[in-house]
Amino acid sequence: MTAALSFRRKATNLTMLTLSAVCTVVAVGVLIFILGYLLFRGGSDLSWDFFTKLPVPVGETGGGMANAIVGSAKVLLFATCIGVPIGFLGGVYLAEYSGARAAAAIRFVTDLLNGVPSIIIGIFAYTLIVVPMKKFSALAGGAALGIMMIPIALRSTEEFLRAVPNNMREGAMALGATKWKSVATVIIPAAIRGIISGMMLNLARVAGETAPLLFTALNNQYWSPGFGNAIATLPVMIFTYAIAPYEELHKQAWAAGFVLLSLVLAVNITARTIIASGTHKAR
Amino acid sequence: MASQAPTLQDTRATRVSGLRSFFNMDGVAQALVWVAGWAIVAITAVLVFELWMNSAETRQKFGFDFLFSTTWDPVNGDFGALPFIFGTLATSAVALIIAVPLGIGASIFLAELAPPRISDALTFCIELLAAVPSVIFGLIGIFVLVPALQVMVPWLKAGLGFLPIFSGAFYGVSILSAGVVLAVMIVPFIISISREVLMAVPRDLREAALALGATQWESTWQVVLPFAKVGVIGSVFLALARALGETMAVTMVVGNTPKIQASLLAPGYSIAAVIANEFPEAGGIQMSALIELGLVLFTLTIIINGAARLLILATETKGAK
Amino acid sequence: MAPSACPKLKSIDLNFYYGTYKALHGISIEIHERKVTAFIGPSGCGKSTFLRTMNRMNEALRNTRVEGQLLLDGEDIFPMEVSGLRRRVGMVFQRPNPFPKSIYDNVAYGPRVNGSVRRGDMDAKVEQSLRGAALWDEVKDKLHKSAFDLSGGQQQRLCIARALAVDPEVLLLDEPCSALDPIATSKIEELLFELKKICTIVIVTHNMQQAARVADYTGFFLLGKLIEFADTKVIFKNPTKKETEDYITGRFG
Repeated sequence: MTAALSFRRKATNLTMLTLSAVCTVVAVGVLIFILGYLLFRGGSDLSWDFFTKLPVPVGETGGGMANAIVGSAKVLLFATCIGVPIGFLGGVYLAEYSGARAAAAIRFVTDLLNGVPSIIIGIFAYTLIVVPMKKFSALAGGAALGIMMIPIALRSTEEFLRAVPNNMREGAMALGATKWKSVATVIIPAAIRGIISGMMLNLARVAGETAPLLFTALNNQYWSPGFGNAIATLPVMIFTYAIAPYEELHKQAWAAGFVLLSLVLAVNITARTIIASGTHKAR
Repeated sequence: MASQAPTLQDTRATRVSGLRSFFNMDGVAQALVWVAGWAIVAITAVLVFELWMNSAETRQKFGFDFLFSTTWDPVNGDFGALPFIFGTLATSAVALIIAVPLGIGASIFLAELAPPRISDALTFCIELLAAVPSVIFGLIGIFVLVPALQVMVPWLKAGLGFLPIFSGAFYGVSILSAGVVLAVMIVPFIISISREVLMAVPRDLREAALALGATQWESTWQVVLPFAKVGVIGSVFLALARALGETMAVTMVVGNTPKIQASLLAPGYSIAAVIANEFPEAGGIQMSALIELGLVLFTLTIIINGAARLLILATETKGAK
Repeated sequence: MAPSACPKLKSIDLNFYYGTYKALHGISIEIHERKVTAFIGPSGCGKSTFLRTMNRMNEALRNTRVEGQLLLDGEDIFPMEVSGLRRRVGMVFQRPNPFPKSIYDNVAYGPRVNGSVRRGDMDAKVEQSLRGAALWDEVKDKLHKSAFDLSGGQQQRLCIARALAVDPEVLLLDEPCSALDPIATSKIEELLFELKKICTIVIVTHNMQQAARVADYTGFFLLGKLIEFADTKVIFKNPTKKETEDYITGRFG
């Protein structure tokens, strides 16, 4: 092997390895940029009014998104009521009860549903709830987000349950516990930290969803009583204000974006930390 | 006497005799989880059914011409999907061209070079990037990316303006802008999945290459990457499926113009974007057309997703052997 | 064969299949009440499979099948309600498997799910069970600490205490010392002498010396067959079968 060739190989090695590091820096840099920029733009426009006041008509200054914050909470509450029970119990079925073939079939469909674009889930909730009720509502928006939660709720529950060692199941059964008792009193408690963290991640994910809400929850300039009416949510507000041609609204959009992203990332960091600390403890 | 032991199925169904069996928790629980498990299948079936039934009007009126017609005329009730299919594919293609090298490069760094702790910390950041809501990307797209591109595109045109894909006027919102935003959104998926696939490559394979005098890069490029190739392609497909169905960020920067133009600098439209914009005010045959577009998008993403899962599964089992 | 007026457990021509593979060939045996019975034999000989048939733990595995009868106090166990059977026939596993709960909650688990002990009596039951497993003095000050904080040997005795808390008539031990050090092993062996005063014990072991030390009766398994079953002294001093002699003198296996 000549020295020249060897030099070329070394140079290639160094160049390519450096390039791969640059790629990583770019990807991480984008995150830092987004966080920093939102903090810069959104943080400066954020005031107490944002959390306590209703939106004001264009031309007036001030106002806030109190209705959208409450609206997001209501829509997410209903989504949780749909997504968490079905996903959790479905995950228990797959991990503890189903046969191998049923599990494979359900897993396949779950992955399929998980891959369906969110806008199509919006169409689904529209045909299923908005059309029969003849109006846009928090229920329809919540149902759309709830359906989106099911696949991940199911798969994460299943995975955390499967991570519980099998000798726990045997131990409980050998003490005379029935199947359900051993699942409910030993297996689920052993996995509960992971399951709850998974649900939090899942909720944070749909909390930022906009597309399925556009024609289910729609939007509302005012407070929306109950669950049966069109309702404002933070993501839809961001979208509506961002594409509107007024500087005042853009500022509100940035502030809302900052609030939304802070919430989503806070939940993500908390949940991921809990999951990571849980895996260290497992024997 | 030969007594056959009950199978597991029988054991689960074992009932406590007497009154308690009426509210037997085991039976109730088993029924409940069964219903929940199969509810997902039922929901998905109803979803497909609704898309199919609610697009009946345009499917019957236009047949397969719907897919190839370039007209989108809600006033006269004439609908074709081609501009949207084109826009969806074009924006996703731009996204892949940017995101694939970037994502694979970063995953190589994270899986092969970076010390585990740094790799884990960076991967954590990249997974956070995946958690950023798409409407936030749209916001950044409108107010940061589009102005930035307006500064940069003139240079691009000066150098590559002779290419048809960089011809014509540039107004900021365009296929290119949408593609760049999508690229940023899908890069985390490519990185985190590719990294896992690369890390699943057996260690001795690497060591064998290094022991034969290969440089680190040669070992990665000639040994590790070919071994993990199928899984890495799978991660790209998964990212592609996301890009195809992404709505908000595209809607906000693509220009929303149902035309097919050669230039990436021209505005376009995507399937998801037209549904988002027109659905709330649509009625009658226009709604049917939009739902049929939804059906097209659904089919497209299902195919791409299915392919991705198969590919990733294939490498993960290969690495496990 | 050792004579007995009333065997606690009796199997009659028991066959066991994993799918199409026949793992047990016509096992007939009588297990005597309040004695320690040990099963020995090379790995894969079926001794554990037979043990796990006695409280129907094998049913949790897919694709398994049993033929023949297994009588507990003269009653066939296979038509029984399975959780009721397992309450009467407890089991301790090869690796300690405490639940991720406190020491107290581990021991109280069985009585709680079975509703067999009144709430006010639970503390006494937990103490009695922990004393029965010779663990009380070591853990009485940390009953509400996690069971995972105990050493391996303590964890295994906790699993024995957990099994004792449901007052089993029979206690099955599946190589209970294979994951333990010699000191922990000797503690468990001493414990067996106490335990046989209150229940019937069946222990599977890969360690012949252990069987010789603790068992009243010993059965030798080979290739899914029960080759010989007799008083432990007979098995180790005067086996009647050539295979048994070869095994205990270390000529194979």
